[in-house]
Amino acid sequence: MTTTPLAARAERAWWRVPQRHVPVLATLALLLVMYGVGVSQYRAFSNVQVVFNIFIDNGFLLVVAVGMTFVILTGGIDLSVGSVVAMTAMVSASLLRDGLHPALVLLIALLIGPTLGFAMGCVIHFFDIQPFIVTLAGMFFARGMCTWISSTSVPIADGFWTSVAQARIRVGENFVTVSVLIALAVVAVAAFTLAYTRLGRNVYAIGGNQQSALLMGLPVGRTRIAVYTISGLCSAVGGILLSFYTLSGAPLIAVGMELDVIAAVVIGGTLLTGGSGYVFGTVLGVLVLGVIQTLITFDGTLSSWWTKIVIGGLLFAFILLQRLVGIRTK
Amino acid sequence: MSQRHPVLTMTAISKLFPGVRALDGVDFRLFPGEVHALMGENGAGKSTLIKVLTGVYDTDAGTVTLDGAQVSFAGPMQATAAGVSTVYQEVNLCPNLSVAENIFIGREPRRLGVVDWRETRRRAQALLARLDLHIDVTELLGSYSLAVQQMVAIARAVDVRARVLILDEPTSSLDADEVAQLLRVMRQLRDEGIAILFVTHFLDQVYAIADRITVLRNGRLVGEYLTADLPQIALVEKMIGKELDALERLDSEAGRDPAAVAAGKALVEADGLGRAGSVAPFSLTIHQGEVVGLAGLLGSGRTEVARLLFGADRADRGRLTVAGRPAAVRTPVAAIERDIAFCSENRRTEGLVGELTVRENIILAMQAARGWLRPVPRRRQDELVQRWIEALSIRPADPDMPVRNLSGGNQQKVLLARWLITEPRLLILDEPTRGIDIGAKTEIQRLVAELSDGGMAVLFISAELEEVLRLSHTVAVMRDRQMVAQLANDDSLDADRVMRAIASGAQQEGLEKA
Repeated sequence: MTTTPLAARAERAWWRVPQRHVPVLATLALLLVMYGVGVSQYRAFSNVQVVFNIFIDNGFLLVVAVGMTFVILTGGIDLSVGSVVAMTAMVSASLLRDGLHPALVLLIALLIGPTLGFAMGCVIHFFDIQPFIVTLAGMFFARGMCTWISSTSVPIADGFWTSVAQARIRVGENFVTVSVLIALAVVAVAAFTLAYTRLGRNVYAIGGNQQSALLMGLPVGRTRIAVYTISGLCSAVGGILLSFYTLSGAPLIAVGMELDVIAAVVIGGTLLTGGSGYVFGTVLGVLVLGVIQTLITFDGTLSSWWTKIVIGGLLFAFILLQRLVGIRTK
Repeated sequence: MSQRHPVLTMTAISKLFPGVRALDGVDFRLFPGEVHALMGENGAGKSTLIKVLTGVYDTDAGTVTLDGAQVSFAGPMQATAAGVSTVYQEVNLCPNLSVAENIFIGREPRRLGVVDWRETRRRAQALLARLDLHIDVTELLGSYSLAVQQMVAIARAVDVRARVLILDEPTSSLDADEVAQLLRVMRQLRDEGIAILFVTHFLDQVYAIADRITVLRNGRLVGEYLTADLPQIALVEKMIGKELDALERLDSEAGRDPAAVAAGKALVEADGLGRAGSVAPFSLTIHQGEVVGLAGLLGSGRTEVARLLFGADRADRGRLTVAGRPAAVRTPVAAIERDIAFCSENRRTEGLVGELTVRENIILAMQAARGWLRPVPRRRQDELVQRWIEALSIRPADPDMPVRNLSGGNQQKVLLARWLITEPRLLILDEPTRGIDIGAKTEIQRLVAELSDGGMAVLFISAELEEVLRLSHTVAVMRDRQMVAQLANDDSLDADRVMRAIASGAQQEGLEKA
């Protein structure tokens, strides 16, 4: 008999990492290894601008992935993000073409995504329908709206838009774009929200056990609707960043982007079943995708489809890793 | 108890479910500073009464008053806010959050809207210290035992400034020490003036702590009594509504003769079977018609032994022989093929499919054994299901009722029926009587005795020593994930000696069974 049976528990050695951090650390290690490979293979790879370019090229992806992290943490999924990104860019481009003031365009563009997200969240919660099917409907709806607005690409010539898109912010000898700063700001706000606000903690609780969250008196319905609204907002921001990046709106842009986003979140260590994961992991996940693309670009001989092949393999490996960690924890 | 006003009164509560009258004009009252036990068999309506009280269900008739004012909670959230907190049998917390957060989520201390983690941790530590629990509150809840999780749930409930605390079978998964600690906490809370509604199946605990007892039977109120006025045997009679001497009868008719059984044919022989990190290698022989009881504290490795024998976990050392032939039981399918059946401890999560009907759940294992291409004919299904519903007196006796609508004891019987129709040679029962009422418990015990008389071997796992001793030919004792003793259950064996073996490891007694 031990004296305090309730406290009896295997003590964790100081060097053992908590299980919940294993997936994120694995992603970090993978990222470092891949970066190391790049640096050792290609001289130009060690240039800091390479890293900055990864952020510049993937800023919109990062923002959308942050929103997706909220949704997946509750155990849900949002398939509409790619279409909402395209729709936002499309709406912005067409309104600017019609001569609307850029500020007004920004406001409208930023409202569309969260409104659709809110609506989907309400359907998911009040009618108790699978997020998969509801957001699939949202995906088709938003994509359809894109083509309805214009069946061809709409260029953006607005002064404000082009100046933001072309602005270079010097960091030492290198530069980033406004989009990168916006993306990093979104990451910071999201990380803070998840770690230090009731909304954020409720997201984790619902992902851990929705039934328990309900019985603990947490606002489950409100939180679930909120995460789809947040994902919609992030998609809207991502759409605007994409319109900065391409200076156009096109009906068929960002097709299949939702899958890249989900891959980034999962590779970043967030459990698809919800309740475990970090925004920091999602940043790493997006960087992993970015580094793969960059490596393939540097190689020059490989088709860009190799990106997909590598992502597929990684996704598979990380899902297996999550499973193993899950089994060990039990 | 003085004649103070009750803090809570429920009057003439009725609740109908499709086909079941779960509550029928039930009255209940609760005084501040008392522990009030709510007793009844499975399906008596205890859980329903609690769910009506906390607003999970609407009432079909009747009123609830709290402090003299009529209330009707829309859900547990409102009930909690009004000072009525509930701790359920299955811990309803989030295993993926830290202990501290589980206590405070929803009302975390905040500064400028930002969760103050340091204050959260400090308060959690202080609160748990009051319950005499000293653990690292930053660890994930899921990394602690069920007992600790239960205490955390109570800490959470108490901190909401509860005036009414409902404990719905909090002790069903705790070992003796933990129960003692829980009762201590309950006394402390009672003395602070909290009214405690205590639901349990353990009579000893009721008499150790309850001031008052309300008995329900089949959704109706039998009566409210002061504990001092109600002898145990009278309580049991009121709960069951019939003279209960079945337990005693079982004792006398048993005639457990370990020597005779041990002389029979060995059915399952484990030789040095073990799994790293799970159970140390053990050797165990189970003969035909033998009941081997597996005793030990919670977490001592009882379930792990069962899982190895059933192939639910893969052994990484040792050999297993079934009916004289070496068998590599690596998966449950392999075990089922060798006529081994396993009723798991977590009947909700690992056994039954709540949405399916009683009939479908019972047929499941048989169908799986036949393969999905050869469906069991409907007539045969009906015949089998009807027979086992009667044999085990599953209530309600409706094969088309979804299993989740049944009470815990009846769910357990459905699970048993599922395995029994496959006519196994070895039946592994992991805590088959946990959390079910005395009537159902007796029936299951009698069934085990009958099955073994009919030649079936049974591995019977239970935290209740009396039950193990009553049924088993041999008692294997687990301690710290080792099988420390195997004791023949002859006249010389009593609960005392088994407990000594559990406590001391009893190496000297180990393997004295030749």
